[in-house]
Amino acid sequence: MTVMEQRGAYQPTPPPAWQPRTDPAPLLPDAEPYRVLGTEAAAKADPELLRTLYAQLVRGRRYNAQATALTKQGRLAVYPSTTGQEACEVAAAMVLQERDWLFPSYRDTLAVVARGVEPAQALTLLRGDWHTGYDPYEHRVAPLSTPLATQLPHAVGLAHAARLKGDDVVALAMVGDGGTSEGDFHEALNFAAVWQAPVVFLVQNNGFAISVPLAKQTAAPSLAHKAVGYGMPGRLVDGNDAAAVHEVLSDAVRHARAGGGPTLVEAITYRVDAHTNADDATRYRGDAEVEAWREHDPIVLLERELTARGLLDEAGIEAARQDAETMAAALREQMNQDPVLDPMDLFAHVYAEPTPQLREQREQLRAELEAEAEPEEGTHR
Amino acid sequence: MTTVAVKPATMAQALTRALRDAMAADPAVHVMGEDVGTLGGVFRVTDGLAKEFGEDRCTDTPLAEAGILGTAVGMAMYGLRPVVEMQFDAFAYPAFEQLISHVSRMRNRTRGAMPLPITIRVPYGGGIGGVEHHSDSSEAYYMATPGLHVVTPATVADAYGLLRASIASDDPVVFLEPKRLYWSKDSWNPEEPAPVEPIGRAVVRRSGRSATLITYGPSVPVCMEAAEAARAEGWDLEVVDLRSLVPFDDETVCASVRRTGRAVVVHESGSFGGPGGEIAARVTERCFHHLEAPVLRVAGFDVPYPPPMLERHHLPGVDRILDAVGRLQWEAES
Repeated sequence: MTVMEQRGAYQPTPPPAWQPRTDPAPLLPDAEPYRVLGTEAAAKADPELLRTLYAQLVRGRRYNAQATALTKQGRLAVYPSTTGQEACEVAAAMVLQERDWLFPSYRDTLAVVARGVEPAQALTLLRGDWHTGYDPYEHRVAPLSTPLATQLPHAVGLAHAARLKGDDVVALAMVGDGGTSEGDFHEALNFAAVWQAPVVFLVQNNGFAISVPLAKQTAAPSLAHKAVGYGMPGRLVDGNDAAAVHEVLSDAVRHARAGGGPTLVEAITYRVDAHTNADDATRYRGDAEVEAWREHDPIVLLERELTARGLLDEAGIEAARQDAETMAAALREQMNQDPVLDPMDLFAHVYAEPTPQLREQREQLRAELEAEAEPEEGTHR
Repeated sequence: MTTVAVKPATMAQALTRALRDAMAADPAVHVMGEDVGTLGGVFRVTDGLAKEFGEDRCTDTPLAEAGILGTAVGMAMYGLRPVVEMQFDAFAYPAFEQLISHVSRMRNRTRGAMPLPITIRVPYGGGIGGVEHHSDSSEAYYMATPGLHVVTPATVADAYGLLRASIASDDPVVFLEPKRLYWSKDSWNPEEPAPVEPIGRAVVRRSGRSATLITYGPSVPVCMEAAEAARAEGWDLEVVDLRSLVPFDDETVCASVRRTGRAVVVHESGSFGGPGGEIAARVTERCFHHLEAPVLRVAGFDVPYPPPMLERHHLPGVDRILDAVGRLQWEAES
């Protein structure tokens, strides 16, 4: 059955007849964000999964700290941190199969790394030696998208194309609370629902779009409620509860894989750090708010659960910390090496074949580089 | 040997045929846009494609140009070759962010790993009595965006050949369709279309010795008419049809100008910041010592596109072209 056949043929309706095209009730998000840790649901969670999540969170926190430190050493031009949001970042990568695709925003390098991309390659954009440092097809990770929400329609198109080809592929697209105000967010969700594309939209509501709080961003009951208007289910989850995020995203991926169409997941989390190292968060929020969220930290929540249930001891905590240190040391070493730059790369990939105009400009640059390398006597520079 | 009767065909028919042949030749080719399915497009260019190839290959999308192009990007990432229809020139503007921030840059961004073979068909230009937002000449925006090819046919045969070449290209192509030429007819044999040439070559439509009219798309027939009328004035004008704005065929253009020594660039787009400025500069830089006069531009005025009852005053016509030719410093020769 083709996609269009599944959607059903055009049916003329007599003038007074009207009925909702979709029953809105099952699409509505729950009133409370879904939680696992510290609830009865935790008992059903797989201990191995919880331990893996814990190790990933600790690595993720260390990665954020190391990348931020690298900006201070001038090794990264800029770093938008996901400190406090690690549960969303690692779960997004963990719920996907190898054949699936991840569509990250510029803030989601941690998810990209958790998916298997080398940290130094994931950070190329932010170091500034090239835009995308990895082959998107190697790990099925789209390039980090800087223009907000513009990667969401890409995820929809890719998932739709895979379905047309009969391939079992799900796309998971990441966006922030600010990004939900963009037109591309709306268009992507609409296309996804109309096409019943196997896509999961993960909105990390971290409270701020740089300095602008959510209250100035939307009047919607929740961002998850936006799903209903498009005819897809909206799910609300505690974004700092790694077990809950993992479960909700896994369900959404399974639903998409089974042909059930897209899901919008709003994960409520908090951007503990400033927007980037170049931002001053004290201009728009108080310390008390940040401290309150530190109590609801994803690592704290999971560690409490694991130790209470005897699934993690001091040795386990130390092992996770050591693993994270090893990763950080490797990242430092990679990033402390100067990148190899070739100015001629400027012209190499604009087109499959450079236009005659670009060939001329390439020769101009080549001549400039040669002149730089061997300054002639008597010439004025 | 069988001979196929060469019948007059319209440009719209040639475009339809090109889409159909491309879809038949390559299952990766998908047509998508507003009203392209059941209706066959508002200009009927996609007529019959949904019926022949199914609605999954020729798809009526939701009415959202950024969404159309944005999803086409994702489809191209997965190995498809989308052909996107923007219903009218000015309706393509919502898709600009996708075009400029992603379509044009993805190959470069990924060091060649992720090329996007997308063809974006845009009916453009005036002369059809369209109300506001239906007659823009938006080529300068596209030309100013590195990573895009920008092509536009002026003949029935080129409509077929250039569209096939655009769809076959591994780079994104903005394919500008001069909508007032959709119904122009020409003898053309769809069973034996000319071999598809690579994008980027201009063609001399009319040879002449006095001066070169450099033009493209909807202005080509106007220039041909002007060249005929110029004979009465004693001018023998050459007409160069650029066909491709990016890449630009400096070679053909400059060879012509070096022969004639005079040049006028003609297009509907406004002159300030328009394609003519770039073309005049390129010609002047390369042919300065062959020029008998400055390169002149005949263009639409630098005004928002006029309402239909006034558009004839805006569009470059034969008189405005001949007036410019008359200002090419002929006194020096006498």
